[in-house]
Amino acid sequence: MLRPNDTKGKLIIVEGIDGSGKSTQIDLLYKWLLRAGYSAYFSEWNSSALVKSTTRAAKKAQSFTPTTFSILHCADFADRWENSIYPLLKAGVIVLADRYAFTAFARDVARGVDPEWVRNMYSFAIMPDAALYFRVPLDVAVDRITGARSSLKYYEAGMDLGLSDNINESFELFQGRILNEYDKMESEFGLTMIDGTKPVKEQQKKVRSIIKKILTGFEGLPNPNKTPISVTNPQAGKPKKGGSK
Amino acid sequence: MNKATFYGAGFPYRDIGKLPGKLIVLEGTDGVGRSTQIRMLRGWLEEEGYAVSDTGLTRSELTASGLEFAKSGHTLGPLTMSLFYAADFADRLENQIIPALQAGFVVLSDRYFYSVLARDSIRNINHIWSKNLYGIALKPDLILYMKASIPSLVTRLVHGRGLNYWESGMDLHIADNVYDSFVQYQGMILNQFDLMAEEYNFLTVNADRSPDEIFEDLKVPILELLHNRLTKGNKPK
Repeated sequence: MLRPNDTKGKLIIVEGIDGSGKSTQIDLLYKWLLRAGYSAYFSEWNSSALVKSTTRAAKKAQSFTPTTFSILHCADFADRWENSIYPLLKAGVIVLADRYAFTAFARDVARGVDPEWVRNMYSFAIMPDAALYFRVPLDVAVDRITGARSSLKYYEAGMDLGLSDNINESFELFQGRILNEYDKMESEFGLTMIDGTKPVKEQQKKVRSIIKKILTGFEGLPNPNKTPISVTNPQAGKPKKGGSK
Repeated sequence: MNKATFYGAGFPYRDIGKLPGKLIVLEGTDGVGRSTQIRMLRGWLEEEGYAVSDTGLTRSELTASGLEFAKSGHTLGPLTMSLFYAADFADRLENQIIPALQAGFVVLSDRYFYSVLARDSIRNINHIWSKNLYGIALKPDLILYMKASIPSLVTRLVHGRGLNYWESGMDLHIADNVYDSFVQYQGMILNQFDLMAEEYNFLTVNADRSPDEIFEDLKVPILELLHNRLTKGNKPK
């Protein structure tokens, strides 16, 4: 469903439910790659400025349907894809993405859209060189999120599905459905599973050993000053630390 | 239309049930006089006692601001633009068109997704991708395609609202002035419509004539459709 990588660059993505620790891991990886002298670029799910203005209004009015929610998130991805991710991969950059098409395949299908339909919608995207799936049991993720955050948001808790009137209960049921979709994708797309219950340092060690293998013999775009890449297009996302979208 | 039928995936998470209303689509290129006809048809149908709802592309509140923003800045890529149109379409379909059909309205749609497919395929968007994306679309009861020649489109626009940037496909950089670009661009759009006319079973109406003459032509299949409510009508493929 996703195209093979036909560019000079490398695409590394992380996936997992909210509270799986994936953002922490990709942030550590990103800094490590920059220190090692690579040209690396970080892109975050749901971060295109243009699409954000639209989704903010709809989120406030709670007027999304599962289909419009799905299409607008793909528009956000397409905007980042066309303006930064794809051109930078072509230039030979290592692009790191916190969440990728698999987030849509998991969340939108959990919301009830047709699995084939949403896979077709993202079929312009490239299959990553490394797709790391941080798996944690549902209760661990729920404890991390509800402990760290004062309140859950309407859509992140899946309140639009009417699973429960209680937001915490709805969140847990919705995340359970998403987890189920992720588990199915492990074999469908060959996602690399990483145990998100292990200590951060131990996980990072594993992540780096996987990435080292992928980068064997890779030269890529030079980065003489060891600086991060920022795309000065107003639509492109900027690196931001932690947190899920 | 009784049971809802879709081109593809539809909306699996919602039970749509029966749709006693009728969905009538008016398609055609920019400047062909669609909105004039929608206005005339609406007045006529209401006079006949039908409840009418009309809708058009990019009229959804969800995406209107984003699309305007994008058009003013010209910074959106073709895929992003295409997805914005699709979000707008889905929003109107779920929140306006389907509820109106459920309530037994005659829905007059000023364009449908066929226009978007035409503009997308010219911008090198994969046709299969677009078609699958619009698998959410309900099959209309009637698709009326108003077909006009380029000279009559130019006449109408020059004496009307003028030739604009987007309707002339200036974003494609195929010509250095808006007139040449319009002629080439609308020629390509017409080719796309001709291809789709067969695929989607359009009923083609000659729009190179006066509004009154076109109106009379449009009324015939609509009357037929509305009077055959109880018998099995000819559904577009």
